[in-house]
Amino acid sequence: MALYGYAGRLLEVDLSRGKHRVVELEEDVAFNFIGGRGLAAYLLWRELGDRWEEVDPLGPENMLLVLTGPLTGYYPGVKLCISGKSPQSNGVVGSVVSSEVAVELRAAGYDGIVVKGASKDPVYLYVEGENVEIRSAEHLWGLGGTETYRRLSRELWGDLKRRLLAREGLTKEPSFIYIGPAGENRVRTAAVMAKLSHAAGYGGYGAVMGSKMLKAIAVKGFGPMPRAKHPDWVKLLIREAWSALNRNVLWKHWGTSSGGYEVASLTSSEPVRNWQEEWHDSRSMGVQNYEAHWVKRYWGDYGCPQTCMKISRLRSGKFSGATTDGPDYELQAYLGPNLGVFEPRANVYLSSLADELGLCGIQTGNVLGFAAELYEKGVLTREDLGFELKWGDAEAFARLMSMIARREGIGDCLAEGTARAALKLGKLKGVDLSKYAVHVKGVGVGAHGARSGKDFPQAFTYAVGVQGGDHTSPPRLPVDRQWGEFTSAFEDSAVICSFNVHGDLPFQFLRAITGWDITRETWMRVHGRRIITLQRVLLLLGGPDLYWDPRRDDDNPPRFYEPLPSGPFKGRSVSREEVESQKREYFGYLGWDSLGIPTEETLRELGLDYLKPAVERIRKRLGAG
Amino acid sequence: MAGPIFILRDYLRCSGCRLCEVACSLKHEGTVWPEASRIRVFEFFPGVDVPHLCAQCRDYPCVKACRYSALRVDESTGAVLVDGEKCTGCGDCVRACPGKVMRLHPETRKAIVCDLCGGEPECVKACHEAGFDALRVVPYTSVGFKVYSTMPDQVAQRLFETLFGGE
Ligand code: SF4
Ligand code: SF4
Ligand code: SF4
Repeated sequence: MALYGYAGRLLEVDLSRGKHRVVELEEDVAFNFIGGRGLAAYLLWRELGDRWEEVDPLGPENMLLVLTGPLTGYYPGVKLCISGKSPQSNGVVGSVVSSEVAVELRAAGYDGIVVKGASKDPVYLYVEGENVEIRSAEHLWGLGGTETYRRLSRELWGDLKRRLLAREGLTKEPSFIYIGPAGENRVRTAAVMAKLSHAAGYGGYGAVMGSKMLKAIAVKGFGPMPRAKHPDWVKLLIREAWSALNRNVLWKHWGTSSGGYEVASLTSSEPVRNWQEEWHDSRSMGVQNYEAHWVKRYWGDYGCPQTCMKISRLRSGKFSGATTDGPDYELQAYLGPNLGVFEPRANVYLSSLADELGLCGIQTGNVLGFAAELYEKGVLTREDLGFELKWGDAEAFARLMSMIARREGIGDCLAEGTARAALKLGKLKGVDLSKYAVHVKGVGVGAHGARSGKDFPQAFTYAVGVQGGDHTSPPRLPVDRQWGEFTSAFEDSAVICSFNVHGDLPFQFLRAITGWDITRETWMRVHGRRIITLQRVLLLLGGPDLYWDPRRDDDNPPRFYEPLPSGPFKGRSVSREEVESQKREYFGYLGWDSLGIPTEETLRELGLDYLKPAVERIRKRLGAG
Repeated sequence: MAGPIFILRDYLRCSGCRLCEVACSLKHEGTVWPEASRIRVFEFFPGVDVPHLCAQCRDYPCVKACRYSALRVDESTGAVLVDGEKCTGCGDCVRACPGKVMRLHPETRKAIVCDLCGGEPECVKACHEAGFDALRVVPYTSVGFKVYSTMPDQVAQRLFETLFGGE
């Protein structure tokens, strides 16, 4: 059988039994769900769908999926998709991270790794072609990012060198993904980390790795990318993509870091003090103030001509030694103005601390802002925290961040993420805290507000996204526009970087590599719709601790309905009518009913008949016929 | 450029993008193949990238070490060329190479090393078009003896200090 663009094999590791085996990736599954996010949703459904509601994302029955896609390694820029049942949304989030593990996996002859069960003691997984080992990670457990990186890379490369240097020469170092203390402690906002500051943040998969006592996954491959159907066409496409991407000089120079001040001033949609405002007149967050701390070089991942990353390093002062990427716009915003921090150095420091602890900077910035507003409002007190938590006090935020990562004191509650912390603290204090919690379906929203209407999220974007508040996967209207939920579902499934998408190139790559006749049109009508529909069903199934009700939860965070109190778009807010009408239109396009539940006809059309019992369970729970 | 050439590497300008690896493997293997690329970029610590390829040592220890006369120096470019027919994969050249650039192909098990693409290096083109210019073609005579035939981890250590100011 000729399956082009895939290894056709998945590595399945059972940590409970300490065993592994290779399983076939069937051609029809690959064709229907492509890879990455789509494949994750399908594999999770196939394995856990019957009892989805009972599966604890942090229990041994959850699976951790580390997947590539058919374009990985070929398309400029490398990405790896991490997934599983999300401890944030209780659905499926396809969380992508730049990591050479993706290239190594394909070079080692796998399309991905499925990790099941849980180990009793800390372990890490080492994969080198057919050689798969579950190794002790006692010596790494508890370590922060830098130390984990250092020790693991020394250990792995040292070993390779010993074995292979004299015989066949030098090999490149293996790549790995890992977790920091936050993941180990099952913090729901913990990320899966790569290099030093690359994070698969959305979804909370760092906590899933932690629950499996899995500190890291390291991979070394020696082979080529899986065979393409039309290699010469692929060669031409790579050249074409390079020349298109090379033109983007602004991106190369500053990446998203250039957004810090721009987003606030021009579009007024940057979180400020837990989204109480979305504009600030401080000029300190401009890119020129960050450049001063940048290590003067470009930094890119495998095959990427754009190199949007910038390494920041503080060389003096009280935060000396702090090193991070950028910070990119998201972390500038969330660990900056969102906390009332307007000092770039403090922002670099907080961002590097999040990396070091293995926390998602977006989600953690979101929960820190939430806590600080509760402190401002007097709901949380000095007694609750053990110290004062005032806007702009970077050291206090750093302290709280460490407490979250280690689940100490109030940090234990905040480690549950904004949604769950709001419920817990609300109960404790006897007040409704939902209006301060800026999340959607358990996922803290990205640093892009919808009130001014000048940035990309539309009124209904966050309300209906199958990945909750994930700003990288925004539903938009009209549905076929370049950057919307359907295109993100493609990027996360083919597993490529969304910053590198250029016109129709990704679809041309897909055809050249796999030989399948999947165009943008068929993607919109069939493949993309199938993946989003499956994700939606799993999201609505939910459980075991939280369930989403479309009538209540297909909505923006309450804060977005409060008028903007300042800035050029003062007075504006999201319009409820607009949300409702956009929702209707979007659900209609997808073939879902008014509650956003896929109709029987849609399931049949998409070859998803097997979801019928699940859809019935959802209807029953909602009392909706 | 008349006469033998050398690919000069400016480590500080290298972004770690690996376009050079992709270009090299596309040219020599027809596909993306990181470990079969004749130039490889090592990243022992995030952000510290070391492009590693043949240093064309003037005394060519690899060529001297080969008992089967499988290696020779191309007169016009100065590159080490491998005769796949004669190469037995014994690894003597690998052991002789001071920077461990020479190695055996992961699949064919024959010696592989940068052949300077016959004088038109693909890696240099890719690096230049992307605007990094970490690799540049210079006349062979302008380069100091054996400066670049070192192990990449040693280069990385020095580079780390330059870039990050040490620990
Ligand atoms: S193409 Fe240039 S910048 Fe990119 S990795 Fe190679 S040498 Fe470095
Ligand atoms: S660097 Fe290695 S392969 Fe190149 S000439 Fe010197 S010994 Fe030969
Ligand atoms: S000159 Fe050619 S063979 Fe040598 S490293 Fe560059 S691309 Fe590869």
